[in-house]
This record gives sequence, C-alpha cells and structure tokens, in this order.
Amino acid sequence: MSILEVRNLSVRYFSHTGVASSAIMDVSFDVRPGEILGMLGESGSGKSTLAASLLRLLPANGKIQQGSILFEGRDVLQAELRELEIIRGKRIALINQEPSAALHPTMRIGDQVGEVLAAHEYLGKRARRERIQQALSAVFPAETERISFSYPHQLSGGQRQRVLIAQAIACGPSLVVADEPTASLDPTTQREVLSVFQGLRQKFGLAIILITHNPLLLAGLADRVLILYAGRVAEIGPTESVLSTPMHPYTRALLRCLPPLPCSADEVNRKTMLPVISGDAPNSALLPQGCRFEPRCPDRFEACGKREPAAVSPNNGHTVCCFKFGG
Amino acid sequence: MRCTRMPSLIQVEHLVKRYSGRRVPGSREVMSALNDVSFSLAPGRTLALVGESGSGKSTLALCLAGLERPTSGRIWFGGRDIVALDEKELRTVRPQIQLVFQDPVSSLNPRFTALEILREPLIVQRSGGRRETSESALAMLESVGLSREMASRGVGEFSGGQRQRLAIARALSLAPKLVILDEALSALDCSVQAQIANLLLELQSSFALTYLFITHDLAMAAHLGDEIAVMDRGRVVEQGVPEKILHTPEQEATRRLVAAIPGSNVTPRLPRAL
Repeated sequence: MSILEVRNLSVRYFSHTGVASSAIMDVSFDVRPGEILGMLGESGSGKSTLAASLLRLLPANGKIQQGSILFEGRDVLQAELRELEIIRGKRIALINQEPSAALHPTMRIGDQVGEVLAAHEYLGKRARRERIQQALSAVFPAETERISFSYPHQLSGGQRQRVLIAQAIACGPSLVVADEPTASLDPTTQREVLSVFQGLRQKFGLAIILITHNPLLLAGLADRVLILYAGRVAEIGPTESVLSTPMHPYTRALLRCLPPLPCSADEVNRKTMLPVISGDAPNSALLPQGCRFEPRCPDRFEACGKREPAAVSPNNGHTVCCFKFGG
Repeated sequence: MRCTRMPSLIQVEHLVKRYSGRRVPGSREVMSALNDVSFSLAPGRTLALVGESGSGKSTLALCLAGLERPTSGRIWFGGRDIVALDEKELRTVRPQIQLVFQDPVSSLNPRFTALEILREPLIVQRSGGRRETSESALAMLESVGLSREMASRGVGEFSGGQRQRLAIARALSLAPKLVILDEALSALDCSVQAQIANLLLELQSSFALTYLFITHDLAMAAHLGDEIAVMDRGRVVEQGVPEKILHTPEQEATRRLVAAIPGSNVTPRLPRAL
C-alpha cells in the first residue's frame, strides 16, 4: 500500500510568448508509508517542479498536462481548493532549500511554529503552546525552551533548517517533501540534519521525499532512489542496488564523476583527470527525440535516437528506462 | 624569514585578524577570526583549506587577496610583506593574487557580456588598448573551454558551469601567480564539478598556477590538493598530504570532518564499486 502514487505526470512551462517547454515528462513512482525516497537530479532535471506539483504549487505559467497524483486515496489534481488546503502543510509538508529565506526575521521561533498550527487547527492557547513544544522538542531535544524564544538571526544555519523541520512536522503530516534541505550547510551540519530526518522517520513513521543533487547523501539514508534526467525517470530502485550496481548509463556516468577517496594511507591518485559526461544537459525547449540521454550516452545505438525507451524491471524492484535492458 | 626547503610563493606568518563587536555600540566584544595562522605554499602547488563554517577560511582568503587588513602577522609574497604595504603599493600586488567565488551568479555583473567581463580587469589595470584587451579576452575565453562566439552573450545566457568558467577566465585574465578558489565548486552539480575540477588541473599545468582551494568537500580537497590544511576556530590545526589527513587524522576537528564526508558511512564508498 502506498501513500503517494504518481502516474504519468507531465508538466510544461509556458513563456509569455506561448512557447512551451517540457519540465517533467511521464513520471511515475510510489512512496510507501515510512519510506525515505531519495530523488536525485542535477539542475534542470525537474526535481523542484516535481516537488511543487505534488502540492499543486506550480507557478502560474506551469501547467500539469497529464497524469494523476493520488495521495492517501485522494486525487490531488482533482481536489478543490478547500481540500488542497488540508493537504498542504497538514498532510504533506514542504521544506525548502534556503532556511533563512523561509523564516520571518522578527518573529520568535516558537511563534513561527505556532503560525503553522493556527493555519490548520483550532487550538486553545495552552494546547497550542504544548504542540509547539512537542514539535520543537522533536528536533531540539536538549534546548527546546531557548530555541523557542530565539529569533532566526540568533540561530546557526543548521538550527534554522531544524526549525523548518519542526514547522513541517507540527501538524503531523504523513509525507514530508524536502527540496535540497542541506545544500547550504557544511558536511558536519549536513550529517546532523539528515540524522534528524532519520530519527523522525523512526519515531513518527513519516515518509520523506529527499531531493538532492548529491548521490552520496542518499547512501545509507534513503530506502529507494529515483534518478531524474532532463525531466524523465532514468532509474528507480533500492538505494544500494541503484548506487552500487547502477544500470542506466547516466547514473553510471554520474557516479564516476565523483572524486575518489584514497582507500588507504599509501594510495596516491590525486590530481588526475576525473571521468566526465561529455556535453551539456539538454535544453528543455529543444529536447532530443529519442532517449534524452542519447546525445551524451557512451552506450548509445541506433534505436536510442528514434523513440523514448519504456520502463523495464530486470531486477526485482529496480526499474530502468534504457534500451540496453530491453526498454 | 624562516628557512624552507622549497622557495615559497606565499608565506604566511602568525596571521591574526580580529573583528571588534560593532553590533552593540561601545561594546568591547572581540572576535578572533584568525588566530596565529602560519603556512607556506610553493609555486605550482595546491593547498586545500578545509574546515567547518565559521572556522576562518574565507577571512584568510580575503587577507591574502589584500581585501582585508590583518590585525597582525606577515604575508610574504614576491619578497615583500604585503601586510605592510600601503594602498597604492597593494594595487600592484592584487593582480597577482586573484579570487574565484562560490556563486557565479552574484559574482558576475548581469548586465555585462562575457567579453566585457573579461576585459574589465584589463581596462582597470590599463593593460593595452581596445583591440589588445579584446584579443586577450577572447583567447582567455577559449582557454577555459568556451568558444569565441559566446563572447557577445550576456551572463544570463550561460549555464552554471559556463558561468564558473567565465569567473575563472576573469581571474586568470591578469596572469596571476596565486588563485584563491573560495568554494568555487560548491554550488555546481556533481557532473559539472568534475568538468571544472579537470579544467582547474589543466589550467594549473599550462599557466603554472598556484592554488589555494577552499572547500567543505574533503573528497574534492583530497583530489585537487597536494596538501590539506584543516582550520578550526581560526587556527590551522593540522596540515599534511591528503592520504595522511584522511587515514590518520591527528586532531579532533579533522576526525570530525573525515567522519562527515558524505557516503563515508557506507563501505565501500560507492563510486569504487563501479
């Protein structure tokens, strides 16, 4: 049983002159309760568009062209505004990349968490204070009080990111969509914030979609990984399987780009050229006709340029869109 | 001056930078951003500087580039202590030490074309007339992997990776000896990071550049650096070859950074498996 089912979702953006560009195309995936789904894609791959469309928060020039989004049995795309307002923030929470831009600079943290609660529930003063306390103590077990009375500028980047997580979980959602939640943090803080997500999943059975461009963040954290390339799902499967035995040529090339760590104290391989993916990601206004990775793919053959490959699952639960595997 | 085995391009001795608390008027609160930092860097080499946010990496970069005045200490560069120089003399040193910043969007003027961006440093330094500066700007554009046809494009028409190439080209247009790369790869996608990392290695060998590579990313520091220096609360707490820093870290701060390398909690680290 999944809590979220996305089927054949396609989104286009229209410029003011009416030119359409495809942001995501024919994307299908599920999220199971209590699961961390890592969504991996580089800039322009459509990952933020996908996050926004789950909540129907696309900008005015973005149109969902086809597909369906079923969340907890409700059709998000057909939902009326009142129903949407219950889903947004209360059932599905969205965490954005820049924590300093998401917080009000002159309001205390506790009040800002309280605002989220007030938008969704009728609570008395005391009940609200208790719920604020609960949400904050889930992410700051040691110093709930102090944080609650602080202003954003008094907190570090990692602490601010945790405040956003507290806001996200305040109403007890079943799904949190986190769009690059650690991109602006240093690795030590990054690790801390990611372990907060892990803790919440364990404690509240929260499902999390973790969007990132760094494959290594997902290792040991996500249950499954979805690889987006130029608006299409290249590959989806269990994290270990996707990251250690990637099937799609794009995933393989992407993982090879990462600088290797010396395995032992005497191995010296520094200052060597890294393998790169030739060319640039395709422009969303002029996409290649066949497979979107075809122009850059080292393994391409004739069929690749003619039509788009379908999804196939050669391994249990590991799905890939590539002709090499019979797509 | 201390004796070193190799002649150094830049040598930093006991560098201190304090900021006084200006937020509360009359406050005597003093913040030490740099606390007795010493190191030297030989020509043609790369020193990777790592540390958590707030450890003083960027303050050090600004002091070396002559954009911040250190409180005390010496910076020997080309036989002169640049801390002691006045503003006029400093202006002759600055072209030789150039910076590349993290965010190519905010570090490039959005109203300029690529050509204007690359010509500006040459115009400021009065090196040559219109034709000369344009020609060397175009040549520079090619050496960072962009084509001459792109010269008339505005900054907005370039992708993130191309903008960072442009920022690197601008830094190199005055033929500097030392290039300070302040988180120059951090805002880029993994596949673009690899492209720019390769470009930096190519440029280093063709222009005999010396790099100070400031980063959060210990894996990239180990890849690009001949040595890694670890900063913690304004001090360089440990310095050595990457293999040693990664496998036998001596300081707590270093151990913390090594433990936080993304993917290091999984063995073997993933790309190895390919």
